[in-house]
Amino acid sequence: MSKKTYIQAITDALRLELGSDDRTLIFGEDVGKNGGVFRATDGLQAEFGEDRVFDTPLAESGIGGLSIGLALEGFRPIPEIQFLGFVFETLDSIAGQMSRERFRTGGTRHMPITIRSPYGGGTHTPEMHADSLEGYLAQIPGLRVVTPSNPYDAKGLLISSIRNNDPVFFLENLKLYRSMKADIPDEAYTVPLDKANVVREGTDISLIAYSAQVNQSLKVADKLEKEGISVEVVDLRTLSPLDEETILKSVEKTGRAVAIQEAQRQAGIAANVASLIAEKGALYLSAPVGRVSAPDTVYPFGLAEDDWLPAEDEIEAKTREILNY
Amino acid sequence: MGNEKSIVDFSAIRDALGNDFKPVQVMDGQSKVVKPEIVAKYSNDQLVDFLKLMIWERTLHQRSNALTRQGRLGFYAPTEGQEASEMGTNAAMKKTDVLMPAYRDIPQVIQHGLPVYKAFLWSRGHVLGNEYPEDFHAMPPQIIIGAQYVQAAGVALGIKKNKTPDKVAYAYTGDGGTSQGDFYEGMNFAGAFQAPAVFIVQNNGYAISVPRRKQTAAKTLAQKAVAAGIPSVQVDGMDFLAVYEVTKAAREYAAAGNGPVMIETLTYRFGPHTNAGDDPKRYRTKDEEEPWFDNDPLIRYRKYLTDQGAWSEEQENEYVEQVKADIKAAVKQADDAPKQKMTDFLANVFEEQPQNIQNQITEFQAKESK
Repeated sequence: MSKKTYIQAITDALRLELGSDDRTLIFGEDVGKNGGVFRATDGLQAEFGEDRVFDTPLAESGIGGLSIGLALEGFRPIPEIQFLGFVFETLDSIAGQMSRERFRTGGTRHMPITIRSPYGGGTHTPEMHADSLEGYLAQIPGLRVVTPSNPYDAKGLLISSIRNNDPVFFLENLKLYRSMKADIPDEAYTVPLDKANVVREGTDISLIAYSAQVNQSLKVADKLEKEGISVEVVDLRTLSPLDEETILKSVEKTGRAVAIQEAQRQAGIAANVASLIAEKGALYLSAPVGRVSAPDTVYPFGLAEDDWLPAEDEIEAKTREILNY
Repeated sequence: MGNEKSIVDFSAIRDALGNDFKPVQVMDGQSKVVKPEIVAKYSNDQLVDFLKLMIWERTLHQRSNALTRQGRLGFYAPTEGQEASEMGTNAAMKKTDVLMPAYRDIPQVIQHGLPVYKAFLWSRGHVLGNEYPEDFHAMPPQIIIGAQYVQAAGVALGIKKNKTPDKVAYAYTGDGGTSQGDFYEGMNFAGAFQAPAVFIVQNNGYAISVPRRKQTAAKTLAQKAVAAGIPSVQVDGMDFLAVYEVTKAAREYAAAGNGPVMIETLTYRFGPHTNAGDDPKRYRTKDEEEPWFDNDPLIRYRKYLTDQGAWSEEQENEYVEQVKADIKAAVKQADDAPKQKMTDFLANVFEEQPQNIQNQITEFQAKESK
């Protein structure tokens, strides 16, 4: 066991998988000598050589296409999209191509590609850097969307993603990169790609969240505990597929739920969670499903994001509202 | 100020751009051999085999056209006029090379090894048509214009990393495709990585209805490779031997580890863009079409061989009948393919089925067993 930050856990996973499978390749913008703009790939080129860890020309669609071609030649590509806002440039590679290849080829070709990309607000980035675009990605058939909320999951989910034979979009939370530390095993381990995690057990209400919002939800749970309210927090961990069983089991137990996301409200993951509960768990409910999200505006970048991002007190207020319904 | 000489003469630079590209030709439009040393490399039997490739493609086109009208094929993009360009490039490749085709490149996919009935199944949207054996080195025909170019760069880089000897990735697109971002990104990536890719642009004059001259201010499409540091060439796309020789040289260059190459073939789409309602009369004139029809790659090449006494009408008729019979058998085989089920679709979304897919498989299994 060693104490690792969220980003160190990611580097750790990458190093282990580069070491254990010589078909893995890491590439993208500035990932080589520079070790990535956040240092997620720090030291990996020096350790594994330029053949395995390399910089590409600056073009995201090219990075996506390169991944597909390399996968076709038997490699296990781990490309990095420097910031999630740049994913639009390569959406065809992802939605139009790699996610369809298994279907398109009748299961005769694998696309074992793990695309890593940082996202999430709170660090005052320029525009198109921190947007939560996971909703778009989660709607793509054939693509798994994974987003860890802590260092343990970051390492285990990334290793599972890299070893999976289907394309995985691995979303890393920018704000959590260095703000979270935890003891994690030094060796390689996996976390399943279709299991949500009950990170805190409770009996009165379920807060269903992912990525940075899990930590905000845990703080709300701590606060309400002092008033004798027992809050359960479910960390989705994977947005596609959604772990329906764990969500429904939690709601069956508590009878109340709030779905939380940092993204804009419309057609989001929280709406998906709410509709799942309405469809398959309505009779468990003592109150409507609550939803916490950002408003339906364009992401206001820079300092303005502080006022826009869903804050802990919004989660708390919505939780109280559903509890007292 | 007005009369002062500018430090740069942009007009002169512009006028000179692309002037160094002249289409390579072996046999001209009147069947006159302009490069006898090339023709001399081949026996009459070899030259006849080349002709047969073009006749095969023309016959496949005619049958596909008819089958589409009868509703027995789904999507079909006519290939008539492009036989020298398609068969000439493809014949220069090896079966171990990786073909990255677009939707008008079905004849190449078949010649590369896909059974005809599978190509027909693909046209009908049957996934069985894309179930490729491991030793068949191609991607299914690309629908998104240019997307195969960035993927070809990846395949080529993979070949280089695997240190596979004598192997290239080759990708097709059209004149319209050269306007796509992926076209530039693919060539630039392959150039930056010095990867063994052969990029083929079949300039057939039109992207559906938009003529080549409206796609770009560039005089040639071949010169688009220059900016990526890639050698390129323009070739008479109605001249089989020229296309074949140029592609062979390009393949050899790339396979030897020299980096990627780009080829522009000058050809013409005789028919519509697809059989789904496109009418070239809306955007082309007879005056424009006629000289191209006269420039038919089969007429030129057939005349040469007939004049040599190496090919006759009887031989051609016999061969065409044989191809037609093969196609008929392929249609029958395609008809015999089992109907696709929803559970087949669901089984090919992920390797390991997640909950939602499992649930839907259970749901549809119940319906399908009724």
